[in-house]
Amino acid sequence: MNIINFTPVTALTGGLLIGLSVILFFILNGRMIGVSGIASNFLIAKDKKIENLLFLVGLILGPLICTFLLDQEIKISISSSLSLLTAGGILVGFGTRLSSGCTSGHGISGISRFSLRSIIATITFMIVGILTVLITNIL
Amino acid sequence: MNKIVSLICGIIFGIGLVISEMINPAKVLGFLNIFDKWDPSLAFVMIGALIVSTPLFHLFKKKDKPIFSENFSISNNKEIDKRLIIGSILFGAGWGLIGLCPGPAISSLALLNISSVAFVFWMSIGFYIASKFKK
Repeated sequence: MNIINFTPVTALTGGLLIGLSVILFFILNGRMIGVSGIASNFLIAKDKKIENLLFLVGLILGPLICTFLLDQEIKISISSSLSLLTAGGILVGFGTRLSSGCTSGHGISGISRFSLRSIIATITFMIVGILTVLITNIL
Repeated sequence: MNKIVSLICGIIFGIGLVISEMINPAKVLGFLNIFDKWDPSLAFVMIGALIVSTPLFHLFKKKDKPIFSENFSISNNKEIDKRLIIGSILFGAGWGLIGLCPGPAISSLALLNISSVAFVFWMSIGFYIASKFKK
């Protein structure tokens, strides 16, 4: 194992902001953020439609604010084929709703609450993610 | 007021994803590539988020109610069941295939990247399929 591309300062700073967002949402609105829950409730549930929509709009505004106000260039690279994106998208959408949480819902909100369910979910999707990358590298 | 809070929290979350570079799937795959060339950054993002949210959650959960709502609404589900485990396995597989999870996927729509648009479309289909599986 070699360590590459490690950016501890920006990772920690971005993490603090994500934690701030989670705790403000809890203290002010009384809910714990889970992006998969907010997104799927926006699409499927009738309750709190506008509140959920506005959170998602904010998520999309975040990068735009960084680009225009902070003059930060955002680089992303996705090299996956369309069929892989289809499989990955369905797995992520279906899996996060079956287990009622994703990286934010279980990984941050759930672990903050010391929820055993969320700790088990986070360990599970981390291990499977690592194994998937390992297998992809071999193939 | 709830709606404004929601928008602002979304923006802060989105900026956090950009600064931490978690919006970039290559960065996430670098974290999952633990046995080869490893980028530990994602662990620091989680630590950063948890050191803010954990103590403050336990401090404020004792309050009667949130500032702009009538009551706290938090999951009281404690069941470790097949749905939790199978769901997490399927999510982990999709996450490891592409490097995108729901937050960064939606945030990256801002960049008008055709791959992330396709991913979010199929993820939404996944949400619909799962909603038919509710017990």
